[in-house]
Amino acid sequence: MHIIDRRRDASGKSLGNRQRFIRRARALVRHAVREASKDRKITDTGRGGEVTVPADGVREPSLRRAAKGGMREYLLPGNKNYIEGDTIERPPSGGGAGGASANGEGEDEFRFVLSDDEFIDLFLEDLELPDLAKRQVMGEEKSQPRRAGYRSSGPPSQLSVPRTMRNSLSRRIALRRPKPDEIAALEDRLKELEDAGADEDEILSLRAELERQGLRARAIPFIDPVDVRYRRYESVPKPVAQAVMFCLMDVSGSMDEHLKDLAKRFFSLLYLFLSRRYRYVEVVFIRHTHEAKEVDEETFFHSRETGGTVVSTALEEMIRVQADRFPANAWNIYAAQASDGDNLPIDNEKTVALLKTVILPLCQYYAYIEVGREPEERRRGGEPPSTLWRAYDLIQSPQIPMAMRKVRDRRDIYPVFRELFERKSHAASTGA
Amino acid sequence: MKIKPAKNKLLFEGADWNFETLARIYDGVAEIGLGELGLDIYRPRIEVITSEQMLDAYASTGMPLFYRHWSFGKQFVRNETLYRKGWQGLAYEIVINSNPCVVYLLEENTATMQTLVLAHAAFGHNHFFKNNYVFQQWTDADGILDYLAFAKNYIAECEDRYGVSEVERVLDAAHALQNQGIHRYPGKRTIDLRSEEKRERERREHGERLFNDLWRTVPEQGKKTKKRSERDRRRALLGLPEENILYFLEKTSPRLKPWQREVIRIVRHIAQYFYPQRQTKMMNEGCATYTHYEIMQRLVDRGQITEGAYFEFLHSHTNVVAQPNFDDRRYYGLNPYALGFAMMKDVERICVSPQAEDRQWFPDIAGNGDPMGTLKDIWANYRDESFVSQFLSPHVIRKLGLFLVVDDYKEKDLSVDAIHNERGYARVRRALARHYDVARHDPDIQIVDVDLEGDRRLELRHHIVDGVTLDEDDTERVLQHLANLWGYEVYLIETAGEGEPATKHHAEPVHPFV
Repeated sequence: MHIIDRRRDASGKSLGNRQRFIRRARALVRHAVREASKDRKITDTGRGGEVTVPADGVREPSLRRAAKGGMREYLLPGNKNYIEGDTIERPPSGGGAGGASANGEGEDEFRFVLSDDEFIDLFLEDLELPDLAKRQVMGEEKSQPRRAGYRSSGPPSQLSVPRTMRNSLSRRIALRRPKPDEIAALEDRLKELEDAGADEDEILSLRAELERQGLRARAIPFIDPVDVRYRRYESVPKPVAQAVMFCLMDVSGSMDEHLKDLAKRFFSLLYLFLSRRYRYVEVVFIRHTHEAKEVDEETFFHSRETGGTVVSTALEEMIRVQADRFPANAWNIYAAQASDGDNLPIDNEKTVALLKTVILPLCQYYAYIEVGREPEERRRGGEPPSTLWRAYDLIQSPQIPMAMRKVRDRRDIYPVFRELFERKSHAASTGA
Repeated sequence: MKIKPAKNKLLFEGADWNFETLARIYDGVAEIGLGELGLDIYRPRIEVITSEQMLDAYASTGMPLFYRHWSFGKQFVRNETLYRKGWQGLAYEIVINSNPCVVYLLEENTATMQTLVLAHAAFGHNHFFKNNYVFQQWTDADGILDYLAFAKNYIAECEDRYGVSEVERVLDAAHALQNQGIHRYPGKRTIDLRSEEKRERERREHGERLFNDLWRTVPEQGKKTKKRSERDRRRALLGLPEENILYFLEKTSPRLKPWQREVIRIVRHIAQYFYPQRQTKMMNEGCATYTHYEIMQRLVDRGQITEGAYFEFLHSHTNVVAQPNFDDRRYYGLNPYALGFAMMKDVERICVSPQAEDRQWFPDIAGNGDPMGTLKDIWANYRDESFVSQFLSPHVIRKLGLFLVVDDYKEKDLSVDAIHNERGYARVRRALARHYDVARHDPDIQIVDVDLEGDRRLELRHHIVDGVTLDEDDTERVLQHLANLWGYEVYLIETAGEGEPATKHHAEPVHPFV
């Protein structure tokens, strides 16, 4: 008995069906993905996961008998004390006694798990980096192999059969290697003459000819080592698009855990988005109070600092880091700033000047997110714009790559993010 | 039972197996299955697969290859989710009615389970596929794998040529009608000359036996020359009424393109291929379960599996044939494994040691002493419905405590109509046979009329049985698909007969195939 081991075969035969299903239910799934992402932890933002879509959208109808009405018989096992003629109270709709044929499709929603990639693709569908094409900067050059003709030695895996055969053929033609047909024709003719008892000389000359040709065929090989060609590669330096993302955050006393959480969500989304678009994405975390410092992620989100709020320090730090490590001609630079809007009033002027003259010309995009409290926690009614908001609002214009939005609740993060990066026919991102 | 410690005879020890063990297990099982039980099987092709591949196979109704469609993807993600959450285990095996008979074994099975599964699938199901008349009549085990390969390529080519969404629309519509794509009655077979002659001779002899010269003297009535109406004429031309809607569309639909007809044909052929499985679900499982039980018992008797393995087998076997009572939380309808196994075990009992009652109910087989021969005859010549109506014994009815509840929507309460007693046996048996009659579960829908030269309105009729109408929502959707395929108006009239109240469904093509 021969038993076949299929375990090494590629699995995922259903991938095509799966993709068709997701495409079919795209609108539903997209909606479900967005719903699901609202309640997720930041670390899970980029993961796949379970989504639920209404079953109605992916229903497969058939002509079948209704679940109710008419005369029905049920055959049930395990009778204990019923006797013929007993009546049983009708169970409240469906269920109960109606188990005899349980193949009705009584589902009203449909749950399934999306893979990481599927999730993110749907999640970030229709989003686009503003001005990506126009200002895409190619960074460091990485060498990549590229086909470059043929060579006469190399590893067997790179053997080029067509080229080798071509050489072989041209050599055989040039050296007039007899073809098998020709030899066969000669043999036939010889046999014919022998059978016919023809002229001795003719037969002899034919034999000699045949021998000569046979010798030739043996001496000139079908494939000679000189024919063999291998594919040749050259490594060509190729620039790779890379991006750096600066996260700037105010960590002064007024930024509590809730506001930091909102900011962090925004940063996560931005990171996810950039890493889908660029092969290499670096992240730089800069936090500031009245002074700014580059820190690691853990410190950035979790340690508390006290002090005043001077935004310009963060911008200065960013400029320093950028000049130090991320030359503008090699990196696509993105920056996202999160703050509750407080700033030392006298610092505004400097901040705006830095932003306008140094940072914005460097950046592909600069997003400012102002995080705030839930509406009911705000005491004042028509809440006046914060110091920083007013300052930034002054430099807003369609020409500069900067956008600003307010976020109050976790639920707003994604819509705001979408709004910032939505694919637009005409790129015009202005403030709120 | 005494198990002799015969180490060298053991097929395997412990739970682990490799391909050598598997081959030895197969040989051990085959020795009993083919040698002692005398089963007649297709050559099996045994393949070991991973759980992920098993999930893949689930999605394409177990077939090794299938065309692509989103509904299989839906199936796949559903099963995957259930499996990953641990709500649903995977099948230990999948077996395909093909020649060679493909048997997939899950790699996670223990050696005992592989033994059980080989006996169950490679011998039980396989024997049933090869010998049962509905499979012989309706399926072509030799050709199915090639046909599926053709179908897959054809549909992939159509997708390349006409676009995925165009093909998907046709498939959606055809899938909605696939239960109406089955020929339930075999067509006329071309008879060879010899049997034609035989039939002719028998007919003549019959005529000669009944010949009576007096008939000649009976005055002949004036022949009623019924003029066939125009409607009858065109119905006869189109072969109406026709219950195979997909077939009718494929042959007659005025607007479909050739490739669309071919896609419909593929769906129809595959639906037809699976139809016998629906008709014999209970018997098929019963046959396989009986076979594995018998083979495992004999392996133990021969000392070819250890006591531990035997207990593992019993544990799994009892789970498979468990039948929860109707008031049990786990109750989910009649378990086909349980009922099939119980009935076949009972046939064995009747053949070997019948009671007086059995002699009265089953005079043909009671005490004939040949259970295997009797069962093989049953496996070959019955389907679920006829098997129950012939072989459900009072003994099994009592054992399972079967009782019949009737739910009439006109009555306030349900009533217990028959129980497992003298008065009830026959009625329980008839009701159970009806329960397994697939033709009764599928609504009786036929195309009754269409005027191809006129408005081309397609008229369908659903003959209501027991007052059960069609599911309204689904019917509207299916009719919409049908109207799109047909290209013109479609009517469906539901009625229980002439003069009874009728409901009418109606659909017009919104997005016809052109």
